[in-house]
Amino acid sequence: MRTRDKVLLLLTVVLTALALMTLFWPSFGEAMNRDGLQLGLELEGGAHLVYEADFSELPEDTDPDDAMSGVMAVIEKRINTYGVSEPVIQKIGEDRILIQIPGIDDLEEAKARIGETALIKFKEFVLIEPENGGTPAQTTGSGVTTSPVTIIPIEGPLSEIPEFKGGSPVFFALLPDEDGNMDLTEVPKEEAKYKAIPATGVIGGKEIELTSQYFKGKVEVRTYSSNSQPELYFEWNSTGAELFQQITTRLSAKEENSVERRLGIFVGNVYEDAPHVNEPIRESGVITGLSYDEATHLQNFLNAGRIDVPLHTIEQHDVDPTLGDKFVDWSIQAGIIGMLLIIFFLIVYYRMPGAVASIALLIYAALVLAIFQLWPITLTLAGIAGFILSIGMAVDANVLIFERMKEEIRAGRTLRASMELGFNRAWSAIRDSNVSTLITCLVLGIMGNKLGAPSVEGFAWTLGIGVLMSMFSAIVITRTLMRFLGTTGVVNQRALYISAMQEKMLSGEGR
Amino acid sequence: MFNFVNNRRYYFALSSVVIICGIIFAIISGLPWGIEFTGGSIMTIGFDEPVEKDNIASLFADKGHPEAQIQSIETDETKCGYIIQTKELTDAEQTQIANSLREIGMTGELEFDSVSNPIADEKARGAAIAVVIAAVAILIYISWAFRKLPKPFRYGTCAVIALIHDVLVVIAFFAIFGSTLNLEINLIFITGLLTVIGYSVNNTIVVFDRIRENLGKAGRQGFTTVVNNSLMETLSRSLNTSLTTLMAVASVYLFVGENIESFMLVLIVGIIAGTYSSLFIASQLLIVWETGEFGRLFRRTQTA
Repeated sequence: MRTRDKVLLLLTVVLTALALMTLFWPSFGEAMNRDGLQLGLELEGGAHLVYEADFSELPEDTDPDDAMSGVMAVIEKRINTYGVSEPVIQKIGEDRILIQIPGIDDLEEAKARIGETALIKFKEFVLIEPENGGTPAQTTGSGVTTSPVTIIPIEGPLSEIPEFKGGSPVFFALLPDEDGNMDLTEVPKEEAKYKAIPATGVIGGKEIELTSQYFKGKVEVRTYSSNSQPELYFEWNSTGAELFQQITTRLSAKEENSVERRLGIFVGNVYEDAPHVNEPIRESGVITGLSYDEATHLQNFLNAGRIDVPLHTIEQHDVDPTLGDKFVDWSIQAGIIGMLLIIFFLIVYYRMPGAVASIALLIYAALVLAIFQLWPITLTLAGIAGFILSIGMAVDANVLIFERMKEEIRAGRTLRASMELGFNRAWSAIRDSNVSTLITCLVLGIMGNKLGAPSVEGFAWTLGIGVLMSMFSAIVITRTLMRFLGTTGVVNQRALYISAMQEKMLSGEGR
Repeated sequence: MFNFVNNRRYYFALSSVVIICGIIFAIISGLPWGIEFTGGSIMTIGFDEPVEKDNIASLFADKGHPEAQIQSIETDETKCGYIIQTKELTDAEQTQIANSLREIGMTGELEFDSVSNPIADEKARGAAIAVVIAAVAILIYISWAFRKLPKPFRYGTCAVIALIHDVLVVIAFFAIFGSTLNLEINLIFITGLLTVIGYSVNNTIVVFDRIRENLGKAGRQGFTTVVNNSLMETLSRSLNTSLTTLMAVASVYLFVGENIESFMLVLIVGIIAGTYSSLFIASQLLIVWETGEFGRLFRRTQTA
């Protein structure tokens, strides 16, 4: 064996080992930062929704792109409080959002949860008097509490957004975060300590709730030097300024660093953040003490709420969830049966090379499955079909080579020479035919993305990966294995390549 | 040796018959377009007690949707269920209708799919564009891949005609069997169609590749003989590859079934059509073009 063949053989063995490790040793997959195959919406069931944002009421100073990212941030926030795994929230084109929520089979609930507009509300925290004689938690000067403190967001009488149908209120406690700071965290209702009521002010004898619609201009993150803290600047219009002054005057009179002195920012009914209020503020102010990521995150929310971007449902599908488990089982069955049929056929028809190709096919399947495990591809109904289809097509390259080999053997060449010629001469056909499949995969992928069809995209990806890997499998794996067997000498018998019947047929043809 | 090329008129005739049948069916009963391309709302409802179809129809008419198409579905003996298709319903209408249906005894949740008309148009257009782009890209690629031969554009064109043939055969199949097998033309159908396109061209290229190679060493053989030899030489490969691919696809069709049947049928019909067209259409067209018998061909086909 030449050095290059040895290297390729080693490569094949190493890749196979890696693939098998990924598939059968879960912790190895986890180390690669992936938690296994991800199932698409068709397999898990859930809600598929497409919204269109209405920019007709957008102020002139606002870039629709900014408005869109704000809307997206708000929707993400709302969906994530659902606690579902891997929702898809994807922007399509200029003004559309595709949302897929696995495991939600009630479209009405999902739609209520996502909401029609993205209004940001401000709330004050009020200590709840202990009801059963429980000891109130100690609020220390630094805002660090010794026992869990809960804040219940409660909609006041001026609430504009009704309770989500079927959605339960969210409760919080002060618990240490990863930096050791005590911060607001979601907890069960029973440990309630504080409740959140809408932050309101009185203008002209009327009580008005402070919301993001009173912002004047954009909320903006500014950083003055590379090492300075980012600051979030905001400015109110006249109504907002009046309300904000009344609220901040009230809050800044509270005990320093207490929870009551914080102003809660809520997306609808979902808690986002609660900065402390230092002193009374009127028109404009700044939020400090945020990391850059936190600041831009909050900026997105506040800007999204600043303007009213109505969302219209333009597409919705209920995806039947019962298909999931069954489908995966059936697919595995179908894959195994299809594979066995193909292997049987290959061995009967092509004999020794067929057996080698079968091994290559098994390695191919392991490699592709391992890639799916490691690559962030969501396996969809069509995607799995694409994979199984690619098994069938993977054989194609091998068939091309073996047919070529047989021809060379018939032409009277030695087995060794026929093998090499078979690989070399089949290459142009393998290349050209696979490129055409890759072209259609590319077109499909782009189409799926543009039209908001993740299942089509998934199919394009799986088939594309399958085609690339099948070329690798035929050209590298099969060839290396054949050469390796060739060196052993045992397999260099004509009968292992062409059956007696085929020999007879061939001589009958007078070749 | 089997002579492929002499009977080409019959191959063309067979394909024409299939496609013309499809067109006739499409004209008579229409193509089974799915909601993704037509727009509108579709819902599945179930009742524990039998409910008359007329009751449902009048309920929808009351709510301003007399166009509702109601189709009953088979359930247990005592229960009944319907699939109802209407124009697009607004969110408010959807809630109202769900409430009214619950009043007359609907059980479970309303399964509801809805696609607005502009989106449906866009999807249909996008899918059509995707098919055209794929065809053009393949035409360009093949013309490039066969650039060293005289008239490489012919190879590209013949491969594309073959793939259009496959697309038409698949659509004909859906037009003919659509209502019987409950098939639907939707985005997944288009996905299958594009896959078939890739696959069909794949097969055609293998034959063309052999023609390319054999032309290089043809000597005094005529073009027709070269094509016939090339077809013979690649025949077992073409059949074997189609067979293995069909084995994989058929096992999905048989063992997975449900929801994915339409998709798998597109692939199965498409693979068969693709294999047929790579053997009997694409290469034969090359000969027709080379010998300049286009005009004669069409006259004879009509009388054949």
